[in-house]
Amino acid sequence: MQYEIIVVGGGHAGIEAALAAARKNHHVLLVTSNINNIADMACNPSIGGSAKGIIVREIDALGGQMAKTTDQAHLQIKMLNNKKGPAVKALRAQADKIIYPKIMKKVLDNEKNLVIKEGMVEDLIIENSQVKGIVLENGEKIFSKAVILTTGTYLKADIMVGNKRRRSGPHNEKPSMFLSEKLKEYGFNVIRLKTGTPPRITKDSIDFNKTKVELGDSEYLSFSFDNIYYYDIDKQVPCHLVYTNQTTHQIIRDNLNKSSMYGGLNDVTGVGPRYCPSIEDKVVRFSDKERHQLFLEPESRYYDDIYIQGLSTSMPHDVQDKIVHSIEGLENAKILKYAYAIEYDAIMPTQLKQSLETKIIENLYTAGQINGTSGYEEAACQGLIAGINASLKLENKEPLILKRSDAYIGVLIDDLVTKGIKDPYRLLTSRAEYRLLLRHDNADIRLRKYGFEVGLVSSETYKKFHQKLEEIEELKKILTSTKLTPTEEVNKYLLSIESTPIKDGINLYNLLKRPEISYDKIEKYLTKKYDNEVVTQVVLNIKYEGYLIKEEKEVAKMINLETKKIPFDIDYDLIPNLASEARQKLKLIMPTSIGQALRISGVNPADISVLMIYLKKEQK
Amino acid sequence: MNDTIAAIATAQGVGAIGIIRVSGDKAIEIVSKIYRGKSLSVIKTHTINYGKIMDKDEMIDEVLVSVMRAPKTFTREDVIEINSHGSIASLNKILELLISNGCRLADPGEFTKRAFLNGRIDLTEAEGIMELIESKTEKSLKIAVNQVNGKVSQMIRNLRQLIKEIIANIEVNIDYPEYEDAKVITLNVLKENIQEVEQKIRKILDESKTGQLITTGIKTVIIGKPNVGKSSLLNNLLNEEKAIVTDIAGTTRDIVEGSISIDGILLNIIDTAGIRTTDNIVEKIGVEKSFQQMEKADLVLLVINNNEELTSEDIKTLKQVENKNLITIINKIDLPSKIDYNLLPKENIIKMSVLNKEGIEELKNKIIELFNLEKLATTDLTYLTSSRSIGILNQVMQLIESIKEGIINDIPVDILEIDIKNIWNLLGQIIGETYEEELIEQLFSQFCLGK
Repeated sequence: MQYEIIVVGGGHAGIEAALAAARKNHHVLLVTSNINNIADMACNPSIGGSAKGIIVREIDALGGQMAKTTDQAHLQIKMLNNKKGPAVKALRAQADKIIYPKIMKKVLDNEKNLVIKEGMVEDLIIENSQVKGIVLENGEKIFSKAVILTTGTYLKADIMVGNKRRRSGPHNEKPSMFLSEKLKEYGFNVIRLKTGTPPRITKDSIDFNKTKVELGDSEYLSFSFDNIYYYDIDKQVPCHLVYTNQTTHQIIRDNLNKSSMYGGLNDVTGVGPRYCPSIEDKVVRFSDKERHQLFLEPESRYYDDIYIQGLSTSMPHDVQDKIVHSIEGLENAKILKYAYAIEYDAIMPTQLKQSLETKIIENLYTAGQINGTSGYEEAACQGLIAGINASLKLENKEPLILKRSDAYIGVLIDDLVTKGIKDPYRLLTSRAEYRLLLRHDNADIRLRKYGFEVGLVSSETYKKFHQKLEEIEELKKILTSTKLTPTEEVNKYLLSIESTPIKDGINLYNLLKRPEISYDKIEKYLTKKYDNEVVTQVVLNIKYEGYLIKEEKEVAKMINLETKKIPFDIDYDLIPNLASEARQKLKLIMPTSIGQALRISGVNPADISVLMIYLKKEQK
Repeated sequence: MNDTIAAIATAQGVGAIGIIRVSGDKAIEIVSKIYRGKSLSVIKTHTINYGKIMDKDEMIDEVLVSVMRAPKTFTREDVIEINSHGSIASLNKILELLISNGCRLADPGEFTKRAFLNGRIDLTEAEGIMELIESKTEKSLKIAVNQVNGKVSQMIRNLRQLIKEIIANIEVNIDYPEYEDAKVITLNVLKENIQEVEQKIRKILDESKTGQLITTGIKTVIIGKPNVGKSSLLNNLLNEEKAIVTDIAGTTRDIVEGSISIDGILLNIIDTAGIRTTDNIVEKIGVEKSFQQMEKADLVLLVINNNEELTSEDIKTLKQVENKNLITIINKIDLPSKIDYNLLPKENIIKMSVLNKEGIEELKNKIIELFNLEKLATTDLTYLTSSRSIGILNQVMQLIESIKEGIINDIPVDILEIDIKNIWNLLGQIIGETYEEELIEQLFSQFCLGK
């Protein structure tokens, strides 16, 4: 047996899965239908954003690749929500669609345990409910100990424009015709989802005088905790803002029945994402809105395409032309690629364990859009976790399962496997209940240790991280032990910075609790200069102490329930007093803990009581 | 790490003594907050202690408190039992205070369930509990909802909708920072919103006080100078000779109680000793007691003699009852009037002749009008008397205070949102709805977002 792990798909999930496994010293084969499409950004050119940006940081803390590559490949980068609280800050970059895949390809090529092969996977080799390898379109069989499916939107994909439907993946790529049928045969519940992408226009056909410029930030930023800056602040490429208008909306209303989604096609079954409605949806659902924002986003320094964020549609080409030309600034815009909707197969993610291994077939893992998610970041983090856990399984080790209080990644996976999905899942800050703990700034503090334990974070990096932790402790101590006494000089200074004079001695720690006192105001009382990252951690912990304690208490409660394990072989039919809906849901989801069981919709607290009493009884 | 739970452990309505049981690792801490007596955290385990239950500075009841520390208790957790005198009103009030301070109302069979889970009782007993819980399972979702009917549940629902919109708006500000159509929730905007929520909850709490009057009765105090006809009025209302009525000033020194029902609502009437300056010690005590009673009253009936000029004492009394629910009764209208009406309140004046039984109906109608009893009697107000709901609303008020403090301290909106979400959840508990997905639905239905 040549390969230990086969990764099917070379998108953002597949890359992280393959790299993680290879870096953990397993022989990995990555099979993709087109080598030139590895790390393709099929939709929008941006990476990060609210919540998603924090995921990218988490990927980095765990030893994944996305953050590092983005840092080297963006056109502009900015910190979102910079004026809001620390819990919701997040980075977003416009990635260069040429450079990003190029760097990723190089990273993959340089990985010694990793082989890339072109081919279309159409079946799995399964023996005794255990996966043993894959079967290619040409019948070739390749064996392995584990398989990770990261097929994106390629399972039985249909591109839809107006009243036309044809079987195709993004960019006219060939889709996988039979794999999802085979998955159905193996017992998976296969669902149909849908998403869309807006038109691209040429840069030189836009009248930029009629647009509003959106620049990158004017301070150096990086996704990775390496803090390496590969770019020149002044050479960032701007985005531009334009708006739809009443004429646009009238064109859409007049042609509504030509849209695939509004009658152009009568066999659309896929469920589209709520957070990413097409422009037709927006006009219909929010008819009172006079205009909708559209962002013109550059796709690369090396070609001319501009992505119109906000204009996703499945109208026929002639209507798309009219829509685009009705927009101020785009009157003469030339469309390079028309918008389309795409329908594809996915599996209901409640069929997965928290480790992303499927419940039905051992050693088979799935990650990314096949699990019903959307977004590069959501895909990448699942790929990373699947890659790590497939490897750990081969090493006979316990899987890495991040809790909801550990990471957004934990929230995402727990949501998928516990609640399932109705429409493509996007991560939102509101999905995280412990948001104040899951910050952009502390992703390393939350996750480095896991990355190191599984072997993806080098001991050198880990040592550096430990130094940071030590300095944080040191600064805390110094702030506590440095006391100001109510001398004339001190009070004069406090008045000068618009703070209240002190009557008794106060240490710097407590002084920092005052809302008007920032760190730079008290820095003059310290002898040592501390790194920004260190200061941020200490100051946040002082300023928001009360709220952090509140959240930590909630976390302790949750973890307590999480530690009450439910044996995997529990027979819910033997528990006499469960409500029937609860019994059905519990059998389907197979929660591993009382905490997880409690999050299943349809399982009531009374059912949990019954379950807990039953488990206690069984213990005796 | 279990919640601390509380419930009334004795059958309600009967018995001279009622017991409230509290169990959980915060039992001692929470009871201490509402208890005045020997410090509960230092006294010996398994002892009974005398003390008072306090709502801030107001004494609610004299009680005996048993403190039993874990593990030698029924639930193997810290357990406190509060023995009260057993009136439903005071038991409910104590329960409400416990919930306001962080207890959760115990589910059916929950003490026994904990006893089992903590290894205190055996299997056969456990089977019984499971059935008990199960019998509730099918209904459990509905129960909470059914307890809160009609108007109030609609008020809570509207309030929750308002809060949900605020939360969704904050979330959109976070998740779609560049989205122009969403109003930006700044601390100032939040302040306005929170004030609105606060006002509405205060209104519900105030109304719930009126609602409680239904079961506990309207405490009505009759005051006035000696011999203006207070006891006669009481007797007339009660239709019985209960107070001693003579025409010698100063006969009523004890407080005499009696109850009547107006439109099905209980009126607990308290007669008082006449208010006048006196050197007689016994009478002085009576006068002081009158004032105390007046302070606690829901309704004050001030009786004035039509045939006497108003004295400075009368003016003083009027001043004292200024902020109370007051009806001024001009008695003895069969005699010539010597009163300067300019010195009396403009509203709620009833002229009567108690002796001739004139004006009694007018008085009853006035009371009905004043307490909106007609409306109360026809509206479903079950909820208003529920200690659990009131306790939860008090918790909400504490969170509102914490948010207001946060606004003053410039805490970012997205952090204050933690407390806002908790308010939303707490309100959901009252009407039996807590469903996270609701929020995300709201987000996408309220705002037009997307790529």
